[in-house]
Amino acid sequence: MAWFKKHRMPIPETPKRPKVVEGLWLKCNHCREIVYRKEVERNNKVCPKCEYHFPISVAERITMLVDLGTFKEWDAGIEPKDPLVFTDTSSYRDRLKAQQEKTGRKDAIVIGEGAVNGRRIALGVLDFSFMGGSMGSVVGEKICLAVDRALVSRNPLVLVTASGGARMQEGILSLMQMAKTSAAVARLGEAGVPFVSILGDPTFGGVTASVAMLADVIIAEPKALIGFAGPRVIEQTIKQQLPDEFQRAEFLLEHGIVDLIVERKHLKETLTTVLSHFQ
Amino acid sequence: MRDYLEFEQPIREIEERIEKLTGSGATRGSVQDEIRKLKTRLAHTEIELYSRLTPWQRTQLARHALRPSVLDYVGAMCRDFVELHGDRAFGDDRAIVGGLARFNGRSVMVIGHQKGKTLKERMQRNFGMPNPEGYRKALRLMKLAEKFKRPLLTFIDTPGAYPGIGAEERGQAEAIARNLLVMARLKVPIVSVVIGEGGSGGALALAVADRVLMLEHAVYSVISPEGCAAILWNNPAKAPEAAAALKMTAHDLLNLRVIDEVIPEPVGGAHRDPHGMAERAAKVLSAHLSQLEELPVAELLARRYEKYRRMGAVAEPPPPAS
Ligand SMILES: [Zn+2]
Repeated sequence: MAWFKKHRMPIPETPKRPKVVEGLWLKCNHCREIVYRKEVERNNKVCPKCEYHFPISVAERITMLVDLGTFKEWDAGIEPKDPLVFTDTSSYRDRLKAQQEKTGRKDAIVIGEGAVNGRRIALGVLDFSFMGGSMGSVVGEKICLAVDRALVSRNPLVLVTASGGARMQEGILSLMQMAKTSAAVARLGEAGVPFVSILGDPTFGGVTASVAMLADVIIAEPKALIGFAGPRVIEQTIKQQLPDEFQRAEFLLEHGIVDLIVERKHLKETLTTVLSHFQ
Repeated sequence: MRDYLEFEQPIREIEERIEKLTGSGATRGSVQDEIRKLKTRLAHTEIELYSRLTPWQRTQLARHALRPSVLDYVGAMCRDFVELHGDRAFGDDRAIVGGLARFNGRSVMVIGHQKGKTLKERMQRNFGMPNPEGYRKALRLMKLAEKFKRPLLTFIDTPGAYPGIGAEERGQAEAIARNLLVMARLKVPIVSVVIGEGGSGGALALAVADRVLMLEHAVYSVISPEGCAAILWNNPAKAPEAAAALKMTAHDLLNLRVIDEVIPEPVGGAHRDPHGMAERAAKVLSAHLSQLEELPVAELLARRYEKYRRMGAVAEPPPPAS
């Protein structure tokens, strides 16, 4: 499921990136133009040439969406285990430790409550910089905990995604998180509590094929790559080159798969309006 | 007819020697003696070989070209099967079959992946890799089962959902997600059996169930060993290592509490005795189904929800010091 992970990881840490990115300049993941880093940062991390929305950190995302000082994190202490005692070229335990040190987080998601222009919400934000935002047991459990809270408070659930898919190192238990989170979303729906997903670049595999696609309203960020199978896997299977804008948010909108594409600078305002219709 | 896998060569050698001796027509006592000895050795070799299969060897057995399919099981276990086609929107995906059938006296809905046996059939069925319309056909049949209160039996055997341009255009991810959501709350008993290959989300989309069973040599995984090896080892040839690391055999899944029971296979695999296999599977399926049919719907759904809610391995933080 996490086929996507290896191939296109638009995280700034990727070492293979040209030298220019390190300093004042940044290469756009979409149009490949070299752009002035400060200009991108001033512009909500949006490319001034093509409007590509760069991945942003969880903290930036929360700052951007939630009213100042209203965010309160839930269950920050829940930690991953190593149920398979998984080892490839290095052990899952070592990988986890390195990722935890790098991000200061136990796993690839933050959940909590906050207000969006005064409207209380339950919020989940996936962290792409932690093992490609992959969904293992902790991500699945915390999405369910956010749903549980939303069921009690009846506040809408908002989930912001950026993920390569299921976490291979937790094997079948990762796959089961798709069933587990979908079951939780089903109960949220039965209770009539609204659920909005916001799909960032990239969102693939097990996250797309479960919670992300089950929201009442699905919002995508401009130019975000979103899909089930990663582009490289599809290319290898069908042995053809893929169309240029394949799996971009605009492609998904055209094919009826997402409700709307919203620019980052309008995201909070649009979310507020959408939620106001579910009051 | 046999189709030997690479690791089955020792068996092939003995069987060929037996065949040669038998074919020679010699009736001398010494020849008959030799045949008897070889047959004993064959039995020992088989038991030895199949009782210590590696996960990778099991994966090969699970993918065996002659392995019984959902249509074989329905043919052997059920009567009055009526196959129902199409998603009523786009087309009929032959990688998934489904329909009504009579199982031990009651009508049930049967749905499963169908890989096909001959090359021609395999191509028609896209090697058992469904497109969104396949999952949406399955969804339609699940809702039909719910409407008429018929239990749902699903048979899992797929390399995975098809990774193609059309599949993405028509919402492969949404089709899978929708099935997970609907199966989690479907108001009839659901029993799933992994009969061959349980390939990731494409398998799970038919396998959210009250009871999940696996045949002894079936495998079920978040990613194929080849795919996992290509990504994590950067080398597809490491598939045997990946197969072991992924803990994807029936007994692994039983230990991880993802499945409820392992159904033993005949020596050498289900394809060596399809009828015996179907009979055994029918017995186990029937027992689980009867238990589930006793439960009121609310209880059935609550238990199904709890079962999935508990899946996974997380460590809670220590309670705050007071
Ligand atoms: Zn650009």
